[in-house]
Amino acid sequence: MQKVVITVLGKDKVGIMAKVCTYLADNGINILDISQTIVSGYFNMMMIADMGEKQDEFEKVRTELDELGNGIGVQVRIQREDIFDMMHRL
Amino acid sequence: MINISEVNETNEMIQHENLDVRTITMGISLFDCIDSSLENTKKNIYDKICRKAGRLVETGEHISKSYGIPVVNKRISVTPIATVGSSACKSEEDYVELAKTLDKAAENVGVNLIGGYSAMLAKGNTDREIVFLNSIPEALKVTARVCSSVNVGSSRTGINMDAVRRMGDIVIDTARASYGTESLGAAKLVVFCNAPDDNPFMAGAFHGITEGESVINVGVSGPGVVKKALESARGADFEFLCETIKKTAFKITRVGQLVAREAAQMLGVPFGIVDLSLAPTPAIGDSVADILKEIGLEHPGAPGTTAALALLNDQVKKGGVMASSYVGGLSGAFIPVSEDQGMIDAVEAGALTLEKLEAMTCVCSVGLDMIAIPGDTSAETVAGIIADEMAIGMINNKTTAVRLIPAIGMKVGDKLNFGGLFGYAPVMPVNSFACDRFVNRKGRIPAPIHSFKN
Repeated sequence: MQKVVITVLGKDKVGIMAKVCTYLADNGINILDISQTIVSGYFNMMMIADMGEKQDEFEKVRTELDELGNGIGVQVRIQREDIFDMMHRL
Repeated sequence: MINISEVNETNEMIQHENLDVRTITMGISLFDCIDSSLENTKKNIYDKICRKAGRLVETGEHISKSYGIPVVNKRISVTPIATVGSSACKSEEDYVELAKTLDKAAENVGVNLIGGYSAMLAKGNTDREIVFLNSIPEALKVTARVCSSVNVGSSRTGINMDAVRRMGDIVIDTARASYGTESLGAAKLVVFCNAPDDNPFMAGAFHGITEGESVINVGVSGPGVVKKALESARGADFEFLCETIKKTAFKITRVGQLVAREAAQMLGVPFGIVDLSLAPTPAIGDSVADILKEIGLEHPGAPGTTAALALLNDQVKKGGVMASSYVGGLSGAFIPVSEDQGMIDAVEAGALTLEKLEAMTCVCSVGLDMIAIPGDTSAETVAGIIADEMAIGMINNKTTAVRLIPAIGMKVGDKLNFGGLFGYAPVMPVNSFACDRFVNRKGRIPAPIHSFKN
């Protein structure tokens, strides 16, 4: 199990979630948790997902999510979950 | 499970407050490269560095992408070259050949700086070490990536005043040799007291003789993160202030610990230490001076500065030691002048003087760092400044360092502009009363009374 955090930040519009979720489903990445807020008028979503056996493809997924975000005018980042765990959990 | 506000907090630090891994530094022992033939020594050094550090840059970039945090520098430190070359190098030119070898190896593996053109002279020096010292100006002139450091004292042994006096000349000669490149050579030369064996930060990094075959040390930095956190502590009491710094330092160091472990594992090299240093850069929002201002000073240098810095340095360490079992190096706050826009502003406003900086070095992690002085300053005066700083380190059981840049052909008020991470430095006035009769005495200052702990 390789947990990753995917964050989406940008101007709210129709279909952002659909696009990101479709991409993840097509690539066999399992979503474990989703939350979202609006920060200063901007759409702010976070997903925790499991890359499972796909962890060797991290770099490919990172590049494709970046391109997908650029296509719909939002910033999509994927990071390994450990950095948040280390910083916020003892 | 991690929640959205925690994710946002971390990413805010990275994207807007300049949290970064300042350096992944691989320490490499060169003891097994020693040979009586210069050519063999050069070949051994080049081959070993390329073999050990071949994947260092690639690993740093991989980690950066995986965690979404910048890994700004990938660097190498090696066993002090004065020792490594003591059999093969019979002249200054021979030592310069080793500097060129380090430079070439660093270029080959893609690192921007390599430290360890160094000598450990705390108590005395061998004949070859004197030859080595004399080679430093030329070595730093003809190489682009090599950094040099010389340890001239310790709390355990006292201060080698012969070496201090010699370094007065070497600092000036190094600046002269690199005249035309803003005396940049002197920016790559540090004089230490109590130099740590595992410091990952340049220009003072070297792979100490107490270290193993190779090691990964990581330096994290985030003055901008501390400054931002302290905005919430405006008007609050000291307890709240300290608590805020400590918590922030903890979070920053944890990132360093994660990166260090990951890099060590990927490279198959033991993890050494995390160095949590608030290391400023000339970038806006990446300043230790701004933290001091946020704590409540108009400019660094104002009365209260030493106390504010002492508090900051201590809380950074307290937060850091909880976050990693192996905190080392220089951990604390760096106060270079040229690399911190807030410090430059303070000097230009007339708030910060060399004497106040000296007082500040008593309570922070390093010393007189990246300070431009007039080009006509005498070697004796430079030696006197070094001696003062070494005494602070020796008596207080702490690391102190001097990195002065004599601005050749310039006077007070002129500016040296290095560009990049080194920033720019206004030339600061130096006390011009003589200390020649003091620094020209031979021998060493004895170890302090509290060194006798056997």
